Amino acid sequence: MMQITEGSFAVAEAVRLCRPQVVSAYPITPQTHIVEALADFVANGTLDAEYITVENELSALSACVGASAAGSRTYSATTSQGLMLMAEVVFNAAGMRLPIVMSIANRAMGAPLSIWNDMQDSIALRDAGWLQFYAEDNQEATDLHYIAYRVCEDHKVLLPAFVCFDGFILSHTYEPIDMLTQEDVDKYLPKFSPPERLDAADPVSFGMYATPEYYLEFRYEHDKAVKGAREIIAEAGKEFKALFGRDYSAMVEGYRLEDAETVIVAMGSICGTVKDAIDEMREAGKNVGLLKIRVFRPFPSEEVAKALKGAKCIAVLDKNISLGAKGATALEVKDALYGSMVPVLNYILGLGGRDVRKRDIKEIVARAEKGQGDQFYGLRTEVL
Amino acid sequence: MALAVGCRAHPGRSRDNKTGSWRVFKPVFDHEKCSKCGMCQTLCPEGCINEDAEGTFLPDYNYCKGCGICAAECPKDAIVMKQEEK
Amino acid sequence: MAEKCKSCELFDSGHRACGGCGASLAARLVTKAAGPETIVVSSTGCMEVFSTPYPETAWKVPWIHSLFENAAAVASGIEASLKKQGRKEKIVIMAGDGATFDIGMITISGAFERGHDFTYICYDNEAYMNTGIQRSGATPYDASTTTSPAGSHSFGNKRPKKDMPAILAAHGAPYVATASIAYPADLMQKVEKAINTPGPCYVQVHAPCCTGWGFEGEQTIAIAKLAIETGLWPNFEMIDGKVTKVKKIVRKPVTEYLKTQKRFRHLFKPKQQDVEIAAIQAIADRNAEKYGLDIKLPPKKE
Repeated sequence: MMQITEGSFAVAEAVRLCRPQVVSAYPITPQTHIVEALADFVANGTLDAEYITVENELSALSACVGASAAGSRTYSATTSQGLMLMAEVVFNAAGMRLPIVMSIANRAMGAPLSIWNDMQDSIALRDAGWLQFYAEDNQEATDLHYIAYRVCEDHKVLLPAFVCFDGFILSHTYEPIDMLTQEDVDKYLPKFSPPERLDAADPVSFGMYATPEYYLEFRYEHDKAVKGAREIIAEAGKEFKALFGRDYSAMVEGYRLEDAETVIVAMGSICGTVKDAIDEMREAGKNVGLLKIRVFRPFPSEEVAKALKGAKCIAVLDKNISLGAKGATALEVKDALYGSMVPVLNYILGLGGRDVRKRDIKEIVARAEKGQGDQFYGLRTEVL
Repeated sequence: MALAVGCRAHPGRSRDNKTGSWRVFKPVFDHEKCSKCGMCQTLCPEGCINEDAEGTFLPDYNYCKGCGICAAECPKDAIVMKQEEK
Repeated sequence: MAEKCKSCELFDSGHRACGGCGASLAARLVTKAAGPETIVVSSTGCMEVFSTPYPETAWKVPWIHSLFENAAAVASGIEASLKKQGRKEKIVIMAGDGATFDIGMITISGAFERGHDFTYICYDNEAYMNTGIQRSGATPYDASTTTSPAGSHSFGNKRPKKDMPAILAAHGAPYVATASIAYPADLMQKVEKAINTPGPCYVQVHAPCCTGWGFEGEQTIAIAKLAIETGLWPNFEMIDGKVTKVKKIVRKPVTEYLKTQKRFRHLFKPKQQDVEIAAIQAIADRNAEKYGLDIKLPPKKE
């Protein structure tokens, strides 16, 4: 059913439809509307969940760890500083193979303090062993929550997932969204049924420690599970498409890619701007395309290499930077294309909420074609 | 046995570890002196002291670490620590 | 199938605690008191480490370890989950003093403030033992640890023991108690009471550590008794913040306790430190007054 609704509210509604039994919440801009909406649902009886107002983010995710281990579908949301405060638990939850879904309303990392959007937060934890989904718009942000629960809880996966969407840009904007009904989601998402849980009827010890004789093997199995998730993502996406029409089976998506000579690679809401810019550039006769990455972990190296085969010039946009090196997407793309002689240029942009406009995308394409990169795009040299 | 997803285990395997091999001193139980109070069983950190058919007590020497708490706490001095012959 | 079994050993042999370990005895007694319908949440520490080197686990009840500081938060999540599922298992947290008095303060405060239904057992061996005997907020005054060592310029730990029971009573915990492995029946009774009291309850269990404190393992119970008999470990119960039951003692001077342990040896050798010992005696005297520890003769009628 089509609704015009705020991104945060749509996400909260999607989570509500997934029937989590335990929601733990600590407020942080720009995620607050999500947790507030969920609190409202509980208070008005439309969400039958235990809602824990924890005292910090570390507890937010820890409560999810407990609830998930005890056999409940669980949910939390955070961003930026909060995500880093719970960073220890992020690694812990993944290693314990608990299928928790957590929304990340992407926000820049301090210092300096910033409440505005970039992707540094979730990117900084790409090593932790969670699945990472990135939404282009609020429809994706919404749908990816159903997909995430479906994929995570599969016994072949059993991993937690970030569903990332740009803070303010998506979380606080109103878009027309096709919301599923409770009946729809019940059809798509089976009841949470973990292979093991904390249960006096069948005692298990969770979270034991691993000596050097075992640790490497646990990490290998974990890595295998993250990489293997691609198949379950494809399955889950195909089923979603069959029921609801929208296709999430692929980890990447091309836009006007087939004959593109210059290709932009990007993630998240910036893709919307890129698509509009591409349409205008195409009108003017340029063969430009976009490769959108929707799943960052596992990284779709093969899919990226395949999609970029025909490109003559690649501009990778990163709303993040590994300081002292490059943007995360650029590094992954270069790795995927290793051996290729095609230039891959990295543009660091949009950090801390700096707006990116269609003309910026066109300028970047122009620079890329001239071999002008890697660089911070849009630097205000007058304030340096 | 396959690696358990998430580093978990069902109960039982700690018994594979026979901590009795740690012992230097071994508790020797004199059942004549024993008043069957059960204090040794209660206080053994290994939980390896069990009641026998007569109601007296004996440790499972597979696990007894020879810590000596049972001997120190027995109200009847019915337990004596002896250096173990290996 | 789990059955109510009071004589069950729910903490199995084969665990890797030091011989004579107070904490392992605490684990045995607590799980015995709690019974099989219990979910145990452990923090990182000695107990977690000596009981669960993969694939060996000593726990015969459902058990979970997440991190060092978050047992109370994990327990909060489990409690919420059980509530939603309509399940009746009880939740017992087992955490050391480092996890409780120090690194876990935030999560404990939050969980107690929210009033979750669980029992928090702190096994107090008065230092970070698993990492090699470092000082914690529970380390007593003048105890020598590796981060508060006695030396030519130091008498050891400079601060008195943090009053965790009072802090948690101030959070509105309906039942708070201190206990000791020296008195196992009392300990088990308190654990049972805590488990059966709705809301967040706290039992702090004195668990002397032969390796960390410097004494022979066989002395563990005797030393735990001396801690109580000198007034340095008051054994009491608090219901809704008021002290209701106290173990009264015929008090022994603190030196009888201090001289048994290497961690206080610097107070006696190379020479006796009377000023420091007096300071520790004063702590015991204050405890005795605050909790009414001393067995008193009835007052003369005026």
